[in-house]
Amino acid sequence: MKITRDDVVRVAELAYLDLSEDELEKYRRQIDEILEYIGKLNELDTSGVEPMAQVLANDQTADATLREDLVVPSAVADDVLRQAPDPEPPYFRVPKVIER
Amino acid sequence: MTTAWTIDGVRTALTEKKISARELTAEFYKRIEARNPELNAFLALAPERARRQADKIDALVASGKPLPALAGVPIAVKDVISTRGIVTTCGSRILQNYVPPYDATAIERLDAAGAIILGKSNCDEFAMGSSNENSAYGAVKNPASTDRVPGGSSGGSAAAVAAGLAVAALGTDTGGSIRQPGSFCGVPAMMGSYGRVSRYGLIAFASSLDRIGPFATNIKDVAAVLGVIAGRDPQDSTSTTAAVPDYQNEMTKPVKGLRLGVPKEYFGEGMDAPVRQKIEAGLEIYKKLGCELVEIRMPHTDYAIATYYIIATAEASSNLARYDGVRFGLRVDSDSLLAMYRKTRGAGFGDEVKRRIVLGTYVLSAGYYDAYYLKGQKVRALIAKDFRDAFEKVDAIVTPTSPVPAFRLGERSQDPLQMYLADIYTVTGSLAGVPGISVPCGKVCGKLPVGLQIFGAPFDEARVLQLAYAFEQAGGANV
Repeated sequence: MKITRDDVVRVAELAYLDLSEDELEKYRRQIDEILEYIGKLNELDTSGVEPMAQVLANDQTADATLREDLVVPSAVADDVLRQAPDPEPPYFRVPKVIER
Repeated sequence: MTTAWTIDGVRTALTEKKISARELTAEFYKRIEARNPELNAFLALAPERARRQADKIDALVASGKPLPALAGVPIAVKDVISTRGIVTTCGSRILQNYVPPYDATAIERLDAAGAIILGKSNCDEFAMGSSNENSAYGAVKNPASTDRVPGGSSGGSAAAVAAGLAVAALGTDTGGSIRQPGSFCGVPAMMGSYGRVSRYGLIAFASSLDRIGPFATNIKDVAAVLGVIAGRDPQDSTSTTAAVPDYQNEMTKPVKGLRLGVPKEYFGEGMDAPVRQKIEAGLEIYKKLGCELVEIRMPHTDYAIATYYIIATAEASSNLARYDGVRFGLRVDSDSLLAMYRKTRGAGFGDEVKRRIVLGTYVLSAGYYDAYYLKGQKVRALIAKDFRDAFEKVDAIVTPTSPVPAFRLGERSQDPLQMYLADIYTVTGSLAGVPGISVPCGKVCGKLPVGLQIFGAPFDEARVLQLAYAFEQAGGANV
């Protein structure tokens, strides 16, 4: 077994994700099977290989050098706040964070 | 029989005043009204925005001014691409009522080119899936056979074009999500190189893999739409500064003498025999066109699915952290902030998305990062090298798009690993960042389309389109 129920509980906690008892067991079983499959990567010796985080070479984008820091107008704040579940312009309101 | 519209057909009809853009738009909404209840290809329609754009085009026609490249062309847009004023759900309950305050760059460019955005096409939730069964708003049905899946995740875009509900569509491809549904529904479907099309306004799944690309009924139209949306965008630092060629001009060049790599690894076990026959018949067409078929090896192909499901889920677990009930989308109330996060995410995300967040968080977590994520990144480098090595010997690589034709609704949905393996021939090109297309290559069982996949070297979309166009003109769709 690659992954235990405790692992899934810990990971769900890291991801702030409520899971039901059924989901915990189902994901444990399915992810265990997926990790078993992923284990085939260990057949490959990658000791001399540089990890690849992205595919582009530096000369393929303009950002090989940083762009200029320019002020550009943006007038979407009202539209953005309108999408919030509990807006109090110009703020987003959330449940109390600090207990006194 | 309804008219099969093409981009050229729309342009001619408009300039000869056989139809107005407004009438054409109305005609497409009529088609959608008739077919969509069965197919479920569209999640939202935007008739007001469409009519405003149609009126602009009609005014241009009346004034006799030149028409832009996609004037009056009705287009469907996958629901993971931001559209100002049109609800954009990503196929998820967590964004059920979300209305983006801005257009994605690809949408701005379609708009400027005169295209008419009809509405938003259905997809797997956050583009995670290979069958479109992971949409919170119900599966899409394959117009070729409505007991079958359309493929995924851009199933709605593929089905809309295949059923004549749009002349073209935008989809997104992370591991095969444009090419595989294109193959299943029998329409050409292309992803440009990573960096070719701006991702600004594309709601992120896996940022090092996500790409926007077109579906259409023919290669010339694919080239036209790609030409409009491609090119540098200062809003996306990964969009390339490389010039965008005139694809429609480049694609007509003869293919005689080109060397096509046929990787042995893409023709192994697990491939349906009837699909193999069609692909082999497709390869014969290239021989007749004077191309040289070269057997090549891409030795890390068999490791691509494992690599992909590490990298894609890791990136997804990070990207999807933004859905926390604070700034947009669903909130499930609770008296503490952390409980609100947990409940919102637990209630808002569907089964596949939760599974991938758990897997992605796990492979990034302390103690497992080296064994999984770092290992995945290293194997990704080896897969990319397979492609680099191949392109030293050949001009393009030709493979099947999928080992099987469209499978039945429900057939694979209970087994995530089986579903992941449906992407076996497409994820390689995603990891390597190369351009790829799926072109129709005959049908099996009398009705189920097969797709032939063509990969090009990075930023060589012109070569991919050239080979696709030659294949289409030689009757490839009917082999």
